[in-house]
Amino acid sequence: MTTLPEKTDKSLGLVIDLDICVGCHACVTSCKEWNTGGYSAPLTDQEPYGADPHGAFLNRVHSYEVDNDHWKGTVHFPRSCLHCETPDCVTVCPTGASYKREEDGIVLVNPDTCIGCKLCSWACPYGAREYDYDEGVMKKCTLCVDRIYNETIPEEDRVPACVKACPTGARAFGDLADPNSAVSQNVAARDGFNLLDEFGYKPVNKYLPPRKASDRTPQIAAEPQAETTGSALEKLFAWADRALSR
Amino acid sequence: MHPAYSVILFTTSSGAGYGLLFWLSLAHVIGAQPVAGWGFFAGLFIALGLITLGLLSSTFHLGRPERAWRALSQWRSSWLSREGVAALATYVPAGVLWLMSLLGIAGWLTLPLALLSAIGAVATVWCTGMIYASLRTIREWHMPQVPYVYLANAAASGALLLVLLHAFAGRDIRLVSLIALLALGLAGALKLIYWRRIDAEPGAYTADMALGLKGVKRQLEPPHSRPNYVMREMGYDVARRHAETLRRSVLLWGFLLPGLMLAFQALTGGLGPVLMPVAVTAAAAGLVTERWLFFAEATHLSTLYYGNQRA
Ligand code: SF4
Ligand code: SF4
Ligand code: SF4
Repeated sequence: MTTLPEKTDKSLGLVIDLDICVGCHACVTSCKEWNTGGYSAPLTDQEPYGADPHGAFLNRVHSYEVDNDHWKGTVHFPRSCLHCETPDCVTVCPTGASYKREEDGIVLVNPDTCIGCKLCSWACPYGAREYDYDEGVMKKCTLCVDRIYNETIPEEDRVPACVKACPTGARAFGDLADPNSAVSQNVAARDGFNLLDEFGYKPVNKYLPPRKASDRTPQIAAEPQAETTGSALEKLFAWADRALSR
Repeated sequence: MHPAYSVILFTTSSGAGYGLLFWLSLAHVIGAQPVAGWGFFAGLFIALGLITLGLLSSTFHLGRPERAWRALSQWRSSWLSREGVAALATYVPAGVLWLMSLLGIAGWLTLPLALLSAIGAVATVWCTGMIYASLRTIREWHMPQVPYVYLANAAASGALLLVLLHAFAGRDIRLVSLIALLALGLAGALKLIYWRRIDAEPGAYTADMALGLKGVKRQLEPPHSRPNYVMREMGYDVARRHAETLRRSVLLWGFLLPGLMLAFQALTGGLGPVLMPVAVTAAAAGLVTERWLFFAEATHLSTLYYGNQRA
């Protein structure tokens, strides 16, 4: 059914900390690795060793130059489906393949009924859906639905693959509808925000801004001047040093 | 947006088919086109042929054409699904009419069938337009004019085909030429208004909003070395100057040239079999270009993540 649920019991999602993401793409590769064998399997590539390699990835990391009074420099920016509360990517689907789960708010595509019309990807302002050219169906972040409830793997692994892989801990997973969850608390403490909030799809995933850069430049003690005797030999060495380091 | 040829062909071809179906049905309802005549039979055949060609072409656009039937299920929320339902439903009265015409059966039944065919044609084209107009992510599509542009183009191209048929059948083409001229004029005017509107509006969303950060200067590094699906599908960009040239040729071939020929025929009623094939060919080239531009000039919000500053 491609009508949206009135409300969901939970709002599972990710919180991405732009302050500590170092743009290493570990989440990208682990996402690809897990999902090419999981719910969305296979995630195909086209011309992987040719002149124009491309393929379906469910998570991408951009790097931007940002300059504001808060932060000046590079911001690494992971981007995946935000599991929005009121997204048209679900309602435009003609087949019912694209749907939002009532129990946890995860937005999924059923790969067995999708006809590959691509309309849902047109309706997503975040560019979060990627068409699989070989399979002929739409692929998107599954919030690792096949990990987070998976009782055949150790409990500590029941988090999304990208969260597990991130070496800096820039990605967190949890229920954003629960104000007491660790993710919600962190969002509240750090002024977490929505992407393209004005557009109104009400994303569940939140982003944490880069922390304000320190305005104190580190004080480094000046190197003490070497003692000189002013002898001719010393002048000769000084001259040789200058001549050779030219 | 990437202009996919299957979709361009689908919308122009089926648009002309539904336009022709609409005018033929209307002509029958007012008593100007008897069911048993050769003209009605051939006209319906061409209309249904164009519609079918378009629908087949649109299934080529699908990744899984064999599952196309599933698209009929979500008419409650999806305009694409509604379009499929309307298209199939229109086949019923139009198909029965065509069979009756083939077998030479006349009777009161043709009247409601023709009426239903006309309504079905309008409904289907409306749904096609709404698929685009309902997408808030593309400002050049999310406009109230869009479904009317689709309707007017269908009406104009269908009317041109009707004049062509009348000309070959040796019938008086003055009135149908006038009708076609009015439809073409309306379509041209709507398109001009549409272009004016999209040129005047700079786009309400910025890269800063997309990233939720102030002062986004540029994308230093894209996430991938070669364009991905999003860039291939949504990142298509036609050069401004190029678009201007194409707009002019749409006006020339799609509207001005066929319009002049229609005007000549509306006045004199002559030269139909000579002029109409030229007019139809020119209009087809113009309208296909118009549909190509509709895609190529559309900017998608996801381009904000790929270096576009405003959309
Ligand atoms: S991010 Fe895009 S694909 Fe994901 S729910 Fe929102 S609109 Fe849909
Ligand atoms: S591509 Fe698949 S999931 Fe997306 S709208 Fe079409 S049928 Fe639905
Ligand atoms: S939650 Fe899973 S599917 Fe989504 S981006 Fe992370 S690894 Fe990929």
